[in-house]
Amino acid sequence: MPNQPKGAIVGLGVTPMGKIYGRRAVDFAAEAIALALDDAGLSKNDVDGLLINANLPGDMDVRTQMVLGFENLTLVNVMSAYGSTAGSMMQYACMAIREGLANVVVLVYADAPLSPTRGAGQSYAGPHRFPLTGMVGLRAAYGNFGANPEYAMAARRHMHLYGTTTEQFGTIAVNQRNWAQLSPWAQMKKPMTLEDHHASRFIAEPLRLLDCCLVSNGAVAVVVTSPQRARDLKQPPVNVLGYAQCAPGDNLRTDRHPAVETGAKRSGEIAFRMAGITRKDIGTCQLYDCYTYTVLVTLEDYGFCPKGEGGPFVADGKLGPGGALPTNTGGGQLSGYYMWGFTPLSEAVVQARGQGGERQVPRNDFVLVSANGGILNYHSTIILSRHASG
Amino acid sequence: MSDKPVPIPDEISAPFFDGARQGRLMLQHCSACDGWSFPVRERCPHCFAARLAWRQASGRGSLYTFTVMHQVMNPGFASAVPYNIAQIDLEEGVRMTSNVVGIGNDALRIGMKLEAVFEGVGENVSLPKFRPAGR
Ligand SMILES: [Zn+2]
Repeated sequence: MPNQPKGAIVGLGVTPMGKIYGRRAVDFAAEAIALALDDAGLSKNDVDGLLINANLPGDMDVRTQMVLGFENLTLVNVMSAYGSTAGSMMQYACMAIREGLANVVVLVYADAPLSPTRGAGQSYAGPHRFPLTGMVGLRAAYGNFGANPEYAMAARRHMHLYGTTTEQFGTIAVNQRNWAQLSPWAQMKKPMTLEDHHASRFIAEPLRLLDCCLVSNGAVAVVVTSPQRARDLKQPPVNVLGYAQCAPGDNLRTDRHPAVETGAKRSGEIAFRMAGITRKDIGTCQLYDCYTYTVLVTLEDYGFCPKGEGGPFVADGKLGPGGALPTNTGGGQLSGYYMWGFTPLSEAVVQARGQGGERQVPRNDFVLVSANGGILNYHSTIILSRHASG
Repeated sequence: MSDKPVPIPDEISAPFFDGARQGRLMLQHCSACDGWSFPVRERCPHCFAARLAWRQASGRGSLYTFTVMHQVMNPGFASAVPYNIAQIDLEEGVRMTSNVVGIGNDALRIGMKLEAVFEGVGENVSLPKFRPAGR
């Protein structure tokens, strides 16, 4: 039997995503929050908590609460564990609600790094992000810019240890593109084959263009409240059954391997125990997928298959539409939209409510949400359920 | 044509860059726990003692993993692509990111033995890079 919920998601707001120019992150945030409150049947005055996910450019800071015109909030903070922050925010929101510190908490992520003159490649890894002074200057000197080479090296290590192949990575990309075609929110809907994947240019070997996530301008907001309050709101409540973090540390020591043994393992164990369910109860996974590799290694670390067998595990297409383990059903960050941990979280809410339309999965009792940040240096897990209580 | 970015040594990193200029790979070593660390800090990441001193490392290690970069993220690398970025597991227990030189990208093999070499990259700045050992 699952345990009692720790909180409930009652509102979701997702703005248009992608190359939408001329708007600031905070304006996207305002739109997403308005959509989420409307979705919940709540008004701005009902909000007494605001958790802001610090974005990479740094313009979503604590002053956001004033720009948005909130007042008398009893919980406000900017949180940052990069891509994994959505899970940390959910933990913090549920704990604050249980402690009585706030009743209706809004979680928001917004970013607008794309402009007509700055595309995806430069948005998060351009020269403006790489200072030259001191040891940190070594990164630029060696040509080591941004996440692409770091995740490429992680994927290469996995291939070396376990025989993982580019076909297996490609299958993940194709499966998610197939999902994206069923989602009204997805940016990339053009059909993709394994041949398209192999023909796409290398970014950082072994990763090709179609192994890498999108970059999006946009925002996602989620409204969290107590399971009791959730009962008489507009939407079917999505209960938060478990959450956990694990930060496995850096990879600067030869006895550490966070890139192939991620924080998904420990944070997953804690979250499943808290939820009172097991991996077998999970009907759909919404996993952080900054790269195809991330999906593969995350599935291993949650124990869906033994370590090293992620490649063969995904190769039969079980993650795609009609598959045995539908995963990243909105297209994920690869083909849907890139909103850090709010990409998997937002799709999980849709699936848990049963509002996925064409992409709705058949088993939505329990949904796993996974997010990682840095170069797999931070990890968070959330387990959601459509069931009202244990 | 732009040049590759050149690091600017500061006070805390000066021993590393001074060593590199003299052909020595310098790392911080903790006298409290005998642990080595990289890149640079005031307290030991193993035991948190503030007893770090710069020491010459062996410069020997093995290739942990690597990538070959095709995307140009900085105009200084426009003519360098495809170039490799490598993580090298040093004998001292430190994993360092650098480039492997003196060998084609196709010949890179995880686990291969490497040794440090030093490449002048600007006025008074040298970078530790790595080449196959025993050449
Ligand atoms: Zn020490």
